[in-house]
Amino acid sequence: MYNFEFEKPGSVADAVAALGAEDAQALGGGQTLIPTLKQRLNQPSKLVSLSGIADMKGVSASGGMITIGGATTHATVAAEASAYPALAATAAHIGDPAVRNRGTIGGSLANNDPAACYPAALLGSGGSVKTDNRDIDADEYFQGMFSTALEEGEIITGVTFNIPEKANYQKFVQPASRFALVGVFVAKHADGVRVAITGASEDGVFRWSEAETALSSNFSAAALDGISVSADGMITDLHGTGAYRAHLLGILTKRAVAAAA
Amino acid sequence: MNKVSMTVNGKAVSGEVEGRTLLSSFLRDDINLTGTHVGCDTSQCGACVVHVDGEAVKSCTMLAAEADGAEVKTIEGMANADGSLSVIQQAFQDHHGLQCGFCTPGMVMSAAALLKENPQPSEQEVRTYLEGNICRCTGYHNIVKAIMAASGQDVSVIAAE
Ligand code: FES
Ligand code: FES
Repeated sequence: MYNFEFEKPGSVADAVAALGAEDAQALGGGQTLIPTLKQRLNQPSKLVSLSGIADMKGVSASGGMITIGGATTHATVAAEASAYPALAATAAHIGDPAVRNRGTIGGSLANNDPAACYPAALLGSGGSVKTDNRDIDADEYFQGMFSTALEEGEIITGVTFNIPEKANYQKFVQPASRFALVGVFVAKHADGVRVAITGASEDGVFRWSEAETALSSNFSAAALDGISVSADGMITDLHGTGAYRAHLLGILTKRAVAAAA
Repeated sequence: MNKVSMTVNGKAVSGEVEGRTLLSSFLRDDINLTGTHVGCDTSQCGACVVHVDGEAVKSCTMLAAEADGAEVKTIEGMANADGSLSVIQQAFQDHHGLQCGFCTPGMVMSAAALLKENPQPSEQEVRTYLEGNICRCTGYHNIVKAIMAASGQDVSVIAAE
């Protein structure tokens, strides 16, 4: 790792100010950023840790929505998001226990890894990303692999999920990285079904609209018979071909529908 | 440089670290607690697991500066006050839960974290919890057995040796 300055502010305002420095970068739990820095893929002048900001931690639910502070760890979401069991279950299967004790929801969503779990949960649930100066709708937030609507220096202070009637996340684990080889989040809301897929597309997380239409009129695995996604634009790597991922996401969507609770 | 002060295994320690100094480096190189092992340095193997404020973390993937003010516990802090092995350590010895011993500090720290949150885990729960701890020697069966035994459960029925 190249060296950098380290700062740990106690408030969002102080963090925003610290991030004003040239090439400063925010540090969530560091479970992706630190490995990236070790590979010297990135050279910030300063890391601004968000872990000392008490206002950015915690889980609260009201009015059919659940809000998670941006600096809340996966372990805390797994333990405390009981108002939205499918979300708690998603958090409980990210990485491994030690990673879940450090990694944060804000860090995961800011990074928008194409195989991360939270992007599928947020896009599948619908909701919004709250930053230090605005709310960004989930449908506007994800803009392709590692790319989001966040501006330079903008901090995710919280994330709000709409709690559906039923939901389920199916993750086919890539066992070395513990990321999703493919992951599918299905949510049945009063006004329709949302299906979000991670790990598959070269454009990062996406909504599978054909499946959403079919499931909105008939919420059963059988409604997906005969519907498939083209392998074009799907990720091919040593873990699986695009065709394999396209096939897998269909299977996982059926499983998610069958398991939705 | 950043000044850091923390409690490690009950003792106050302090030092000066660079922004990039990892907690694993601080423990091993600055305060000479080399029981915490670095197997991969990429967050995969779990040999470097320590407890920070009671929670298991991979010390190769946490900055030392982030641990300022924290309570840290490493494998050196696991033995009983009189120097005898703790229940978990003794169970690893009794059930041959180690061969070369490289992964063992992390295994013991992960096991301690598991048993704190789930005092009587099933065999499957132990195996799942250890997904971030890699052992290249034992094949895991005896590690699982040791942890089950440390939780006071009968291990005579557990799989293959
Ligand atoms: S050395 Fe930290 S996980 Fe391997
Ligand atoms: S005992 Fe050798 S790596 Fe586990």
